[in-house]
Amino acid sequence: MSTVSLTQHDWSLHRKGAMDQARHKQKVKEAVRQNLADIVSEQSIITSDGKKVVRVPIRTLDEYKFRFDPSDQQQVGEGNGGSKVGDVLERYGKGQGPGQGPQAGDQPGVDYYEAELTMEELAGMVFEDLCLPNLEEKRMQELESETVRFTDIRKSGPYANLDKRRTIRENIKRNAKQGQPHFGALKNDDLRFKTWERSVRRESNAVVIAMMDVSGSMGTFEKYVSRAFYYWMVRFLRTRYDNVKIVFIAHHTEAKEVTEEEFFTRGESGGTKASSAYQLALSLVEERYDPGSWNIYPFHFSDGDNWPSDNELCRQLADRLVGQSNLFGYGEIRQGRYSYQSTLMHTFQQLSSPKFVTVTIADKAEVYPALRRFFGPEVGVHA
Amino acid sequence: MPDTLSRRYVDELEAGIERIWEVAQELGLRPFPTHFEIVPASVMYEIGSYGMPGRFSHWTHGKAYQVQKMMYDYGLSKIYELVINTNPCYAFLLETNTVLQNKLVAAHVLAHSDFFANSAHFARTSRQMVDTVSLNAERIRGYEFAHGADEVERLLDAVLSIQEHVDPYATLEDVEPDERKAKPPRESAFDDLWGLDARTSAPPDAAAPERSRARPSQPVRDLLLFIERHSPRLDDWERDVVSIVRAEMLYFYPQMQTKIINEGWASYWHAQIMRALDLSTDEYLEFAELHAGILQPSSRRLNPYHLGFRILEDIEKRWDAEGKDGRARLFEVRELESDVSLIRNYLTQGLVEDLDLYLYQRVGDELVVVDKDWKAVRDRLVGELSSHGFPVIQVEDGDYNGNLELYLKHSWDGQKLDLPYAEKTLAYVNRLWGRRVWLETRKSDEERLLLSYDAREGHKTHS
Repeated sequence: MSTVSLTQHDWSLHRKGAMDQARHKQKVKEAVRQNLADIVSEQSIITSDGKKVVRVPIRTLDEYKFRFDPSDQQQVGEGNGGSKVGDVLERYGKGQGPGQGPQAGDQPGVDYYEAELTMEELAGMVFEDLCLPNLEEKRMQELESETVRFTDIRKSGPYANLDKRRTIRENIKRNAKQGQPHFGALKNDDLRFKTWERSVRRESNAVVIAMMDVSGSMGTFEKYVSRAFYYWMVRFLRTRYDNVKIVFIAHHTEAKEVTEEEFFTRGESGGTKASSAYQLALSLVEERYDPGSWNIYPFHFSDGDNWPSDNELCRQLADRLVGQSNLFGYGEIRQGRYSYQSTLMHTFQQLSSPKFVTVTIADKAEVYPALRRFFGPEVGVHA
Repeated sequence: MPDTLSRRYVDELEAGIERIWEVAQELGLRPFPTHFEIVPASVMYEIGSYGMPGRFSHWTHGKAYQVQKMMYDYGLSKIYELVINTNPCYAFLLETNTVLQNKLVAAHVLAHSDFFANSAHFARTSRQMVDTVSLNAERIRGYEFAHGADEVERLLDAVLSIQEHVDPYATLEDVEPDERKAKPPRESAFDDLWGLDARTSAPPDAAAPERSRARPSQPVRDLLLFIERHSPRLDDWERDVVSIVRAEMLYFYPQMQTKIINEGWASYWHAQIMRALDLSTDEYLEFAELHAGILQPSSRRLNPYHLGFRILEDIEKRWDAEGKDGRARLFEVRELESDVSLIRNYLTQGLVEDLDLYLYQRVGDELVVVDKDWKAVRDRLVGELSSHGFPVIQVEDGDYNGNLELYLKHSWDGQKLDLPYAEKTLAYVNRLWGRRVWLETRKSDEERLLLSYDAREGHKTHS
C-alpha cells in the first residue's frame, strides 16, 4: 500500500473564499454608508484630488476580543547580536503611523479598520439617490445625441439590411404550407429587412451658480465647510450630468465671477454684502442663462454676517432669483452660535417659496445632510 | 481546467516525495500516511484563511482571505506549506513552486505529520476533522435557511469574539452547578488538586441538570462550554453553533500550543532530509537560500521556525556533548513538550544571549529595547504562550445577584486589558447570555475595575 501520494485536482469550482470575501466587502460598504456623514467631511478625502484610492476609517468591522492593552505590552524580539537596553527599534514619524504593512492593527495606536475604496465607489455611495430637483424640460438648446437602433422588421428595404435568418424561415414556412418543408423557390414575398430607428436623447440644460462668502468673518471652519460642500456638489454634478454648467461667484462687499480653482483656493477679507453676489447672479441669468432655456440653481454659503443695511436688498434680489430658479439653496455655517439668529437667515424667513431651501451647518458632519437636503430625493416641488 | 503542470514536473516531484518518505523513515520519523495535493495559489490562501478546507462561511474568513490574497498579489508573502492534522494527513503544495521548493516543503510537512502522529498534545484530536468541519458547515448552512443568514451571522460574530476562551481539559462536570453541598473554603491555591479524587468519586446527579442557577464550584476557563450549557437565552440551534465553534477550536488548540516546537521540529528535519538527498550544487544552493529565508529572525516578533529550530539543535548538541544520545532526546522532546514547557525547560541563558533576544516596548513614539535579562525574556515568553497571547477570563458565577447574571473575572497577571475592546466583547457575550454580564479586571495591581453590560441599559462601570 502506498503511504505517500501526489495528485492534482481541478479546484476551479472552489469559491467559498471569494464568496466570504464578497460578504466582507459588502459589510465594509454598509459600514461606510453608515458613516458617510463623517467620511464626506474628512479632510484627507477632500484634499485627495488626483488620488484614485482613499482610505476610510471604519470602526464597526474590527473583530473585538478580550485582549491586552497593546500600548502596555512588552514583547520579545530578536536582534542581530549586540543589542543593548535603550536601543530604538523603530520610530513612528509623521505620516507614517503604526499599523502599516502586514501587521496592521497589531501595533499601538490603531483601533480601527481602514477600508480602501476607490473615489468612484465612494462617490457612487454619496450620490446614490441624489438628483437636481425640479428639473424641467426647456424649450431650446436641447442637447441632441443621436443613436441608431435596429428595432423592426419590414418586407422592403435595402439589400444591405436583409435579415437572412428570418427570410429563410419565412421561405420554409411558406413552403411547409404547401407540404414541402424545406428551403427553396425564394420569392420576393419571403424577403425580410431590418429597419432602424433614430433615437434622440434630450437633456435639459442646467446651470448651477455657486456663490460663496469669502469675507473676513468667514473663519477657517466656515471656509472649510463651504468648500467641502461645494467640492462634493461639483463632483456630484459632473458625475451625474453631462451637460451642467457651473458658475463660481466669490463675494465680500463686491462679487466676482472666478474660476473653479480660485473658488476653491483663494481667501479674501473685508465686509459682507451678499446682495452683490445676487446682483451678479441675476445679471448672469439675464445675459447668458435665459430661464426659458435653462434650469437655474443658485446656491449660496455664508456665515450670515451680512451688512445690516444690505439685508432688505438681499431679500428683494433673492426673491427675484427664486422666481427665476428651479431651486435656490442657502446654507449658513454657524459654529457654536446656536442661540444667535443671523441677520441674513432672519431676513430670508420672510421668503416662503417652496423653491427656497435653507440649511444651517454647525458641525463638519452636517455637510452630508446638507447635500441631501438640497439634492435628496424628497426635495422636488410638485407644483 | 487549471493549467496542468508538465508531466515531467509531476513525475519528478512524485519520485522526489517517495524518496523523501524513505529517508524520513530511515531517520526515524513515523508520520501518518500523507497525501500531497498540488494547487494554485488561490486555493492555497483560501485554505490558509479558513484553517482547513470546507469550514463554515463567515465574513471574518473572507477578510483573512482578502488579506492573504493581497499579500500574495503584491508579492509580500506567500504560504509555502499547508498541512492538516488528519489521518491520512493532507498537505498542499503550491503549483508555482519549483520542484526543489516543493521537495523542501514535502520534507517539512512529513515532519509536521510525524509531530501530529506522535506528540502527546495531539493524542486526543479528531483525525477526521476535514469531514467534521464540512458537516458542521452544512449544519450552519441549514440554520441559515431556517433562521436567516443575518441572524446566523450575528450569532457567529458573538461566538467568534470569545472563541479562544476554550479549555481542552474542562469536563462537563466542571461546569455543572454545584448545589449538593456548600463549598468548603479554599485554604490555598492548590486546594483544587486535593479535590481531584473527590470529583471523580462523587456520583453525578441523576436528574438532568437545571439549566439555570449555574454556579460553578471552581472558576471555569471554558467560556464557550459554560455558555452552551447554561445560557438562559440561547435556542437549541444556537447552542449547537456554540458547540461547533468550540469543537473546532479544541481541534486547533494543540496547534496553538505547539507552534514553536512543531515548526522547529519540521525545520530541523527538512534540513536533515534535504542534506540526505543527492542534490546537485545548484539545487543545494537553492535549498540553502530557502532554508535561510525560513529561519530569518525578526527584530519585532519572534520567528517560531527559528526559535524552535535553535532550541532543538541546542538540545541535541548539549546531550551529545555529555556523551548521551542527543537525537533520542529530541524524539522524547517531540513526544512530550508543548511550547510553554519547551521554553521553560530548554531556553537557556546561553541561548537567549546567543539569539540576542530582548524585551521591547513602546515608549513615546519609539519602540525601545527595555530588558535583556534572560530570565525576564523567558518568563515573558512563557506568560505569553500559556494563554496564546490572550488574557485568561473565567466564569465565576452564572447566577450573579441571584438573577442569572454572568460574572466573568480576568485573571490578573499585571497586564491591563484593552478596555474599549473588552466593552465591545462584553456586548457580544451579552448577546449569548441574554442577561447582564459582568467583567472584573484591574487598572493596576492596586485598583480593581468592574464593568458590566446589559442590552437595555448599556455599559456601566462600577467602583
